[in-house]
Amino acid sequence: MTELQYKETVVFERPTALTPTQTTYCPGCTHGVAHRLIAEVIDEMGIRDDTIGVAPVGCAVFAYRFFDVDFVEAAHGRAPAMATGIKRSLPDRFVFTYQGDGDLVSIGMAEITHAAARGENITVIFINNANYGMTGGQMAPTTLPGQKTTSSPTGRDVELAGYPIQMAELIASIQGTSYVVRRSLHDARNIRQAKKAIRTAFEVQKRGLGFAMVELLSTCPTNWHLTPPDAMNWLKENMLPVYPLGDYKIHDAVKSAGI
Amino acid sequence: MPAKGKIVVNDFYCKACGLCVSVCPTQVIQLAPERLNVRGYHPAEQFQDGCIACATCAMVCPDAAITVYRLTPVAEQEA
Amino acid sequence: MTKELIKGNIAFAEAAIRAGLQAYFGYPITPQTEALEWMSGRMPELGRAFVQAESELGAINMVYGSACTGARTMTSSSSPGISLMQEGLSYIATSEVPVVVVNVMRGGPGLGNIAPAQSDYNQAVHGGGHGDYSPIVLAPANIQELIDITYESFDLAEKYRCIVMIAIDGSMGQMMEPAELPPFREIKKEHPAWAIVGAKGRKPNLICSLNIDEVEHEKVNLRLLARWNQIRKNEVRFKEYYLDDADFAVVGFGTAGRIALSAVRAAREKGIKVGLFRPVTLAPFPEKQIEALAARMKGLLVVEMNTGQMLDDVMRFGKDLSPVRFYGRPGGVIPLPEEILREIEALATETIPADIHPRDLWFDRLTAELGLTYEAA
Repeated sequence: MTELQYKETVVFERPTALTPTQTTYCPGCTHGVAHRLIAEVIDEMGIRDDTIGVAPVGCAVFAYRFFDVDFVEAAHGRAPAMATGIKRSLPDRFVFTYQGDGDLVSIGMAEITHAAARGENITVIFINNANYGMTGGQMAPTTLPGQKTTSSPTGRDVELAGYPIQMAELIASIQGTSYVVRRSLHDARNIRQAKKAIRTAFEVQKRGLGFAMVELLSTCPTNWHLTPPDAMNWLKENMLPVYPLGDYKIHDAVKSAGI
Repeated sequence: MPAKGKIVVNDFYCKACGLCVSVCPTQVIQLAPERLNVRGYHPAEQFQDGCIACATCAMVCPDAAITVYRLTPVAEQEA
Repeated sequence: MTKELIKGNIAFAEAAIRAGLQAYFGYPITPQTEALEWMSGRMPELGRAFVQAESELGAINMVYGSACTGARTMTSSSSPGISLMQEGLSYIATSEVPVVVVNVMRGGPGLGNIAPAQSDYNQAVHGGGHGDYSPIVLAPANIQELIDITYESFDLAEKYRCIVMIAIDGSMGQMMEPAELPPFREIKKEHPAWAIVGAKGRKPNLICSLNIDEVEHEKVNLRLLARWNQIRKNEVRFKEYYLDDADFAVVGFGTAGRIALSAVRAAREKGIKVGLFRPVTLAPFPEKQIEALAARMKGLLVVEMNTGQMLDDVMRFGKDLSPVRFYGRPGGVIPLPEEILREIEALATETIPADIHPRDLWFDRLTAELGLTYEAA
């Protein structure tokens, strides 16, 4: 008998910008994917020492535990205001907010909109999973028409509860923004594209080109009452039609910077 | 001939969500049926040969629990 | 340095700049808007941070973020705006980052009006935001004192890693007086060890008001209290006028104290031995001094531009030692020196019933004088 000897080459490993901590997210929740992508970008750009994160209120309230960078914890929805204060006092640091849809689209609508309008040179990672996860799956501004949640038990009635807010489109319409895109985390190909967008958003900040937001469609298997693989499919089939993926704003300065 | 690879799942992080199992193109990952990690999950594991080091599992893993290796033959040896 | 005629709102803004202010975030609201306007010109020309925020919520959270970097940071607003900021102030207090806030109080409650008032005393001194915390609250009574207090407030905030609130009112914000501005201090170059500046060469820092483990958060509460006890011990400030030989004392802060001083002088001319005790720190409150004052006096008159908020604190420490009388004008009305003089004269001649709260007695007097009738309690 002969047996081949193999050389092992690592082609993929856990990024060092993540702390060696098990996250508080439910099994299969793509918050963890988004975290990993941000950490990979921090590693690749070598900016761990210069990066400051702003955590939201929501499922990602403990985000500061999972990144090996300086962090602050904002009040619900106020992360872009807090990031503004940090960035204005430390213009040469990388400042990013990490916010869910309750935080960013509902209670924090004023803060995100005006940070965008001012063209704050920050990076916003926005997780859209169509419900309030941490409080147990209530209706969010992003909940789909007809979608059942614990506070829309018969499905979101648009006559009573209005329509989902398409945040990437809305923020992209603001003149002060530089890079606004929507990506999804429902399969490996889309996750790779999400990573590229996050990298671009940080590169925009590095070059001082202004406000960048990456909206990430994300799953919530627990509150959707689906298995993690089924949640991926549900996102694909139900969220993509309401939240089309795409580049909603790429400022000429970003294009000409070649990033 | 497809690349040869292997994955190592870090039990500490794995929550047995099964996403890696569902996306593996060669179906070489399972949730360990007889084994629990400290959190009480049956962690994912590569249970048979056939990994092609595509890293699709690692890409969808929400817990950054998977390390992917490419295996390249270096020498023949008598067993 | 020479004195110049300077408006209150601009005086505290420029004093803060000279104290080494690195970042200002605010929102326009009468009667403090001149401060924001001043900052909008001065801060950028000095290469420092200024943002006119989308709201007071935005402003206070920008303040929070900036203060987390260790930068000298402040905001200013007026009563309704300060109410909006309470969320952020609670987080800031819990996070133990130094911040200076100026409240140019106006008539409340509600939208109220833009006239001077002191009706945010309780909000400032006894809470405001949720949870157990106490900011240092300073109440100057003239422009020079406002300048001096603002100049020093950043040192206080940094020493105790706490909120310093400077409580003035619309009249002081708007009035002009000759005053001397202090010299420019150098901008700080070092960041404190706790600051959020990027984790170069160390483990990450975290600034956070969340402790999901209640036992840990209890410790935070106790740490805040321990620091507050230090502040209570070290930072009580007050001013005394004509009290050496006095039989009676007026107690009033800020503009009410200043108006009362005119009344005290007029009463002295009439031969009444009366003085003025003016708390400068509303928090920490001069408890021992009020107690000692009450023990020495035949009667106290508390004067405020509200319905008797500080009165309750004076009563707490002085009521068993001396009769207490109250006079207040709420809702933006400024008491005239003649009104206070009349109250001093009554204090010196009338017996104060021991079994009726001074607020109730005052309510009946004032409503009778104003010709107002309300359903009896």
